[in-house]
Amino acid sequence: MLGRTAGGIFWMFRYLERSENMARLIEAGHRMALTRGMGSDEEWRSVVMTAGLRSAYEARFDNYEPQNVVNFLMRDKTNPASILSMLESARHNARMTRVALTREVWEATNIFWMRIKERMTRPVRETDLPGLIAMIRQQSAQVRGALHGSMLRLDIYNFARLGTFLERADNTARILDVKYYVLLPSLSFVGAALDNVQWETILRSVSAEHAFRWLNAGGTRPVGVAEFLICDGRFPRSLSFCYQKLHGNLAYLEKDYGFRVPAHDLADEMHGSICKQGIETIFESGLHEFLTDFMARNARLAAEIERNYRFYG
Amino acid sequence: MELPPIAFDEMLRTDGSAHPAYGDYMAWFEGQELTRLRRKAEEADANFRRTGITFNVYGAEEAEERLIPFDIIPRIIGGQEWKKVSRGIEQRVRALNAFLHDVYHRQEIIRAGRVPESLIAKNSAFLPAMIGFTPPGRVYTHIVGIDLVRTGPDEFFVLEDNARTPSGVSYMLENRETMMNMFPELFSAIRVREVGSYPANLRRSLEACAPDGCSGKPVIAVLTPGIFNSAYFEHAFLADQMGAELVEGHDLRIVDGRVAMRTTQGFKPIDVLYRRVDDDYLDPMTFRPDSQLGVPGIMDLYRAGKITIANAPGTGICDDKAIYSYMPEIVEFYTGEKPLLPNVQTWRCAEPEALKYVLDHLKELVVKEVHGSGGYGMLVGPAASRAELEAFRKKLKARPGNYIAQPTLALSTVPILGKSGLAPRHVDLRPFVLVAPDRIDITPGGLTRVALKKGSLVVNSSQGGGTKDSWVLED
Repeated sequence: MLGRTAGGIFWMFRYLERSENMARLIEAGHRMALTRGMGSDEEWRSVVMTAGLRSAYEARFDNYEPQNVVNFLMRDKTNPASILSMLESARHNARMTRVALTREVWEATNIFWMRIKERMTRPVRETDLPGLIAMIRQQSAQVRGALHGSMLRLDIYNFARLGTFLERADNTARILDVKYYVLLPSLSFVGAALDNVQWETILRSVSAEHAFRWLNAGGTRPVGVAEFLICDGRFPRSLSFCYQKLHGNLAYLEKDYGFRVPAHDLADEMHGSICKQGIETIFESGLHEFLTDFMARNARLAAEIERNYRFYG
Repeated sequence: MELPPIAFDEMLRTDGSAHPAYGDYMAWFEGQELTRLRRKAEEADANFRRTGITFNVYGAEEAEERLIPFDIIPRIIGGQEWKKVSRGIEQRVRALNAFLHDVYHRQEIIRAGRVPESLIAKNSAFLPAMIGFTPPGRVYTHIVGIDLVRTGPDEFFVLEDNARTPSGVSYMLENRETMMNMFPELFSAIRVREVGSYPANLRRSLEACAPDGCSGKPVIAVLTPGIFNSAYFEHAFLADQMGAELVEGHDLRIVDGRVAMRTTQGFKPIDVLYRRVDDDYLDPMTFRPDSQLGVPGIMDLYRAGKITIANAPGTGICDDKAIYSYMPEIVEFYTGEKPLLPNVQTWRCAEPEALKYVLDHLKELVVKEVHGSGGYGMLVGPAASRAELEAFRKKLKARPGNYIAQPTLALSTVPILGKSGLAPRHVDLRPFVLVAPDRIDITPGGLTRVALKKGSLVVNSSQGGGTKDSWVLED
């Protein structure tokens, strides 16, 4: 397949993953704002920070009114990270790589974009929010379902998955890092029974609240939450799960193409090392340091893949 | 003012009865409720949007994607009628290829005085880079679109030849898909010749034109200017249907004396390039140096027989509107036969007598730019305002050689589904022709374009035209 096509598919699935993550984040923020009782602006500020858009947002607005935040994150065309902008990009890439996609995947993506575009022509009001988020969830699932159900398991599929899991790993690490920072300014809290609501924000931001309870009935020690999101290979948004998948997708390319590239070594190393030392050690040597290092290496892997498989030249 | 005569309707006679080709369809149609059909028409639109069968509009503020309006009443041509038409098309396409070979070699037709030398030598579509070179399989126009108009039961005319990069075939295919989805019962009741094998035929035809040195299965790629091109959907569609790669200029590079595409596993050589990029942009080293859309050096490799380019560069010399007027002579010169399909009468404004006639009868004529396309820069006399006529009169006097004129034909009509039922609208037809060294394939039917505005004769999609599914009946 063309390097440009591989790059187009890879980024298409990064954009889709990112837009879905954004919806999840907004949903969690909204939920928190509703249940905390006091001023909700703090929650929304935290959402914008987690999305990594604080400076872009503050260049536009001098307050964290829910209306402003929601519209900035969902439909602002001047914000390249808004859900609408990312879907435009995903759909643009899908058109560009149309030949590599099945009709099902293309149509699911195109319909997703058409629906969102139609809904986003007017400002999003609070009362629309739950319905809109549900729609985004559902449309994302349609694209994913079309991908799983209709695509040949060839290099194309594996590049799509590489994009998805690199993006997802970055997202989970970032949420954990930002929230950890915001919620736990002092390491002395670590290990103590904490404000459950705070940890629930983290879990909700990655749609893990039910999964976590299912596996850890009664226990909400922070270290348990962190361990779940980093090391539990059963949870599809954990770092460990993402790297199992990345490892597998790269292994497919090695076998199919008959050659190894530097990205393989990097992914092998990450895959083998994420939880090797155990969560207690990670906490002792600093969760923030661990996450910063993880995100840097994750970004390096993405760059290697782009270079090794000639996405751009 | 002289009005064009009443147009021939392909479906209904003046007494309201159906022409034979439409007999079975009308029997079905009369049992339908208008509201159901209107709902179906909306379904068709939604289907085209969902599948992304759109075209981009140049000059629109935001890159805008539009649907080409689709009308659900098919255009139907009888089997015998079609047989005659397709013989004429085949003859014409053979002549076009023979003409191209001659023009780039011995130029016998000029020596014989049948076509003036100035028309070739001074024509910007004539490519000196092609002189003395014969493309693989001696095929110049691998894909041709011959635009036909009809004025009576047995009267078809060629309005235009498209021998560069004719487009529209994807609409022909998707129109049929859509019709079969919406009205399966029609296709079980009426035997319509299928068009769906076009992509496979295209592939076979291109493979047959691979360079001599090519061993094994030829690697085919479709070259597109990119996602913002108005026909991008079609480029992607054809690549997809043929199982070929869809490449852009920056995917290609010359590696070890071959044109190669950048893949995830390194550079892979291409044998046949179906390019949907104009000649001018194909090779910045030979043509426009500012082109980002082509491949520097591809012309040298082409001339060395390392790659096939379809259509061959320089085919524009045969479909130029000034050349068009000589087509009857060209057909006769190379085939030794009278043309089976006539041209529309054409005045070459470069000739003083013709110019005088055109200026005197401007209000009755259609005037076209010699190098124009897509219905731009054209005057339809009977529909033009006084000011428009005056403006064109000035243009004609200033640069007469830039124009040809034709009578305003009473193009045939086929009804569309209007708000209150059937309403006749003017149509044309673009059959698609594939040329291989040993055979010529013609799609049964082609793309019917329809002017949706009442009385309008302009069918171009860029000017508000729509399309119809076109049926050729099995005998």
